[in-house]
Amino acid sequence: MPVPILKQGATLIASIQSALTDAELRQLRDALVRRVGQDRARGVVVDVTALDVLDSFASRTLRDIVHMIRLRGAETVVVGIQPDVAFAMVQLGLTLEGVTTALDLEEGLDHLARRLAGDGGGPDQGGSGA
Amino acid sequence: MPHAVTGSETGAPSQSAGALLGELVAHLRQHQPQLREEWARRIIAGRLLSAMSADEVHAEAASIYDNYVEALKTGTLEALQAYARGLSERIIPRGVETSEVVEIVLLLRDVLARSLFAKYQADAGVLNRVLDAYEPAANRIAITVAVGFVEERERTIREQQEAIRELSTPVLQVRERLLILPIIGLIDRQRARQLTEQLLRAIRTNRAKVVVIDITGVAAMDSNVANHLVLTVEASRLLGAVVIVTGLSPEIAQTLVQLGVELTKMHTVGDLQGGIEEAERLLGYQVTPRAGPAAG
Repeated sequence: MPVPILKQGATLIASIQSALTDAELRQLRDALVRRVGQDRARGVVVDVTALDVLDSFASRTLRDIVHMIRLRGAETVVVGIQPDVAFAMVQLGLTLEGVTTALDLEEGLDHLARRLAGDGGGPDQGGSGA
Repeated sequence: MPHAVTGSETGAPSQSAGALLGELVAHLRQHQPQLREEWARRIIAGRLLSAMSADEVHAEAASIYDNYVEALKTGTLEALQAYARGLSERIIPRGVETSEVVEIVLLLRDVLARSLFAKYQADAGVLNRVLDAYEPAANRIAITVAVGFVEERERTIREQQEAIRELSTPVLQVRERLLILPIIGLIDRQRARQLTEQLLRAIRTNRAKVVVIDITGVAAMDSNVANHLVLTVEASRLLGAVVIVTGLSPEIAQTLVQLGVELTKMHTVGDLQGGIEEAERLLGYQVTPRAGPAAG
């Protein structure tokens, strides 16, 4: 099942509902990168709350998505990483460098809203300004 | 098969060790009151178990004696083990030392051996065989009781350590979305793990954006713990929270640099006050003293 991508103003929301195969992840990446241009989006939120595992391929794909979207002129926030998943990831060295993260969808939208308003407020996260 | 001890002191020379044990168990049962009394008297004379009253010593001595003879008879130690554990549980809180327990068991061994000497002294050959049967069994029992006591003590200590650990790692919210984690004392691997779990859970439940970890109270840190700290900082970032580490002592700073711990991702501030001020700045708080005549 493809991941639904919702449009909300100038923001796209991709909410992952179940574990994804590598092919589905690539599909999500391609769809998001395409839609950013199509919908003239300024911000993207990728919600991974439902994922119990984020392996190296998923982490790399998430990072790629963020960098590609940045090149397309929009900003991405990854939200909803579970505490256990977060610790497992850093132990494996998957630290999502250069990726802005937030606690949940609300936080992510909040962050984007402030970013897009040109405020840039809130704690600056490593690499997000690059 | 316990042999009935008849008038003849010298058994058949071909008696097996098992039969000899049976015979001496019968002897110990028969003389139970005197031997028990003798043992309890020597415990009190030796000022052992001073935490207990004479009556308690007699009562415990009676049941230990019975368990001891039972273990000799059956050769199985499970029942005695369980009894020793229960006894340890009762006497450890009263301050009984390991040396006392060992000495008491050895005293009983001694009392019983003396009684065997007295009984078989007429015939050195039989005495030797009886002791051959008795000594190994008695040694096993002594070891079982001592080990049981020490294990029980270690279990108590582990439980206390666990309790102290839980007490010593509070995660506190000082402002909306700002958490403080003061770490005091020694950090080992297990505690570091527990700290991380607690912190990540607290970030989620309190919806924290900034966390200040204060390690002023940590005297030393090895590379394992330092790396764990770095992992914690990164995991927190994945949850959307920024971590500020404060209060690194000169010693820890030197150690971390010498160990080559990857510190570029760590946001550090000198002391807790500075850390909280930095966190407030990140969260957009501005704290200013109220101007007025009352302010000196």
